[in-house]
Amino acid sequence: MATTLEKTINVAVAGNPNSGKTTIFNNLTGARQRVGNYPGVTVEWKKGTHRRGDIKLDLIDLPGTYSLTAFSEEELVARDYLLNSSPDVVVNVVDASNLERNLFLTTELLEIGCPLVLVLNMTDVARDRGLGIDIARLAEKLGVPVVPAIGNKGVGMDEVVEAVMQVAVSQASLPGPAGLCRESGPGLASLAAVEKRGGPARVHYGSEVEKVIREIEHILPESDSRRWQAVKLVAGDDKVIDQMVAPGAREAVTGLAARFADSSIDEPDILLARLRYEFISGICQGVLRAPASDLITTSDRIDRIAMHPVWGVPIFLTLMYMVFTLTFSLGNPLMDLIDIGFGKLSGLVSGLWTLGSTSPLRSLIVDGIIGGVGGVIVFLPNIVLLFMAIAILEGTGYMARAAFVMDRFMSKVGLHGKSFIPLLIGFGCTVPAIMATRTLESRRDRLITMMVLPLMSCGARLPIYALLIPAFFPARLQGPALWLIYVTGILLALGGAHFLRATLFRGETTPFLMELPPYRMPTAGSLLVQMWTRAWLYLKKAGTVILGAAIILWFLTYYPKPSADYVLPAGFDNTTAAEATKFSEITDPNVEQAAELSYSIAGRVGRLIEPAIAPLGFDWRIGTALVGAIAAKEVFVAQMGIVFAVGEADETSDQLRAQLRHRYSPLIGFCIMLFALISTPCIATFAITRQEAGSIKWAFAQTFGLTALAWVVTFLVYQGGLLLGLGGA
Amino acid sequence: MPLTMVNEGNKAVLLSIEGGRQLRSRLAALGLLPGAELEVIQNSGQGPFVVAVKGSRIVIGRGMAARIAVE
Repeated sequence: MATTLEKTINVAVAGNPNSGKTTIFNNLTGARQRVGNYPGVTVEWKKGTHRRGDIKLDLIDLPGTYSLTAFSEEELVARDYLLNSSPDVVVNVVDASNLERNLFLTTELLEIGCPLVLVLNMTDVARDRGLGIDIARLAEKLGVPVVPAIGNKGVGMDEVVEAVMQVAVSQASLPGPAGLCRESGPGLASLAAVEKRGGPARVHYGSEVEKVIREIEHILPESDSRRWQAVKLVAGDDKVIDQMVAPGAREAVTGLAARFADSSIDEPDILLARLRYEFISGICQGVLRAPASDLITTSDRIDRIAMHPVWGVPIFLTLMYMVFTLTFSLGNPLMDLIDIGFGKLSGLVSGLWTLGSTSPLRSLIVDGIIGGVGGVIVFLPNIVLLFMAIAILEGTGYMARAAFVMDRFMSKVGLHGKSFIPLLIGFGCTVPAIMATRTLESRRDRLITMMVLPLMSCGARLPIYALLIPAFFPARLQGPALWLIYVTGILLALGGAHFLRATLFRGETTPFLMELPPYRMPTAGSLLVQMWTRAWLYLKKAGTVILGAAIILWFLTYYPKPSADYVLPAGFDNTTAAEATKFSEITDPNVEQAAELSYSIAGRVGRLIEPAIAPLGFDWRIGTALVGAIAAKEVFVAQMGIVFAVGEADETSDQLRAQLRHRYSPLIGFCIMLFALISTPCIATFAITRQEAGSIKWAFAQTFGLTALAWVVTFLVYQGGLLLGLGGA
Repeated sequence: MPLTMVNEGNKAVLLSIEGGRQLRSRLAALGLLPGAELEVIQNSGQGPFVVAVKGSRIVIGRGMAARIAVE
């Protein structure tokens, strides 16, 4: 019944990066997604809905932008959406503590003809800084409803929704359901003020400029955004010319713009920007009461230390070190609990069959499914803790400082300080990190960053280290070993970027430009939401891709079965005699199991590549597991579990570790981690690289380049280690 | 003089930006345009700059700072 009466309002949420736009969007939609504190975190726009009675708001979260020029992909996305999809209402979120700069975008939104609701966010921060804002007056001067809000405390959300509905009603896109919109409430005082004004304000550029704008407007076809187009054309925006001006009219338009440019002392774009700011100053007059002097904020004081030319880097590295140490020391007890739980489950399920049963179904369920998925879920505490740490770094605003601190080094290898942000996200997962390279303006910077990104050790590789490090290294060396792996990845990424910059991607670097958001105390709620979102994604991956991969791999390791007169290859296992043995003659069940594996498809693939990986110290078992890791890095662990423990009812990591310790030296253990770190990225990375780079060529280049690099580096480490006498147990 | 010459804690007025329209527009949207008053928050002699302009803190790479003229 409700669905037939339901009315939909399309709402776009727009605003500057760091304005708290995504928080407002989350509050309204309840969508679970990331909220960052550095420029460009919301590269993807996200959709969600909000219901109020029989009205449905369809919300879209546009990328954070400072203006609607076409400088970056975010701006283009936002601008194209506003122009082409004509949302019913645009919710423009502005940072109340930084009003003038934020209103720059607002004036463009007004010019483009969007029905606006201005959300004055972070009014608490503004008040703490001694800023006073006369909301009713601001609404009157801008001619749009203004709603005060505190996004991270959820204050003002009802009023935002009501203002949106009122604007939608006044746009006549909906008949006015009188009972729905309450006429009171603190945020709605401004609506009355808006009506007093009559319509939205628009920037007046002065008679001379207005004349050119009008002339150009006459040439352009009728549309709501015609004035905005004309203004952009005066400013010389080529993209607008390409997209919106009919070929026949181009000459006339560019002629007018060029004539104006010649007659103007300033560059037209600068002139228009200045006039826009003058208009904003006019708006702010009598609205904004600012303290007499620029105060040095607490953020500045923290930055004196966090961004210190000498101390900044050690502070950053120390923070990273703490993150990784904490990930392990807090995560391990929880992991043990999960491990015990899965062990119990395996035992329980195994009990359904008679003791010593060789039923393939039992093996599939216990070894393939429970073993495979359990081997992944066991690392959830580590993943969650790492994501928590990244969420804190993002939420507090430290991420942007890290980019600043690292720019000195990044620019040395020919990358942007900003490239550092995707690289850092790469510690969580390579896939969103590759998507985050969109914040880089130049395609060259993007491609270089994408190519080296898989070297930043992602969360999915953590299970591999978590399995191997305790297997081979004493407790005091576990933290340092993990740290060494991560640092190796970072150094290789930087070296690789330098190499690419000097060879494939030569040319000038794009300028480094970024806003430093003030430090903020992230709310526990938002951290938990972020942590949960990521943990959920990981679990979903465990339930789908990894479960599927585990079953396929189980099949590959289980079939085909050798026949009784199958003759084992000579020296197939160090526990068998050198002379040929028939399969039926094996008495030791462990050897029988190993022989079956060796005979299976996976074993054959592993053997096939064994000559290639033998110089790295790897045998066919590791080769088999590495092939599995292509599906998803953490599958390596599940695969190792199957390779070593098929037929075992109780498959705990400790047993697997004992097997590993028995068979390989710590040097080989380290080489496995090194190879897993550097080599072939997972299928998902391959797919996203293809998508983001716009060509499968780059995805292949990444895969083969990294695999070759992995081979060379591991070869050097293994052979070097042997020469140094590190080959023993 | 270029922005790179301004010491920490000093104020300056932006005069001109040597660069293309896109760069100028981007800077303008951040509040950095001719006539804007800014304060150098950090200039350590190497690495990027931090300036305060219109109530926000903007990081500017050293290369770009050299192309911004101030007085």
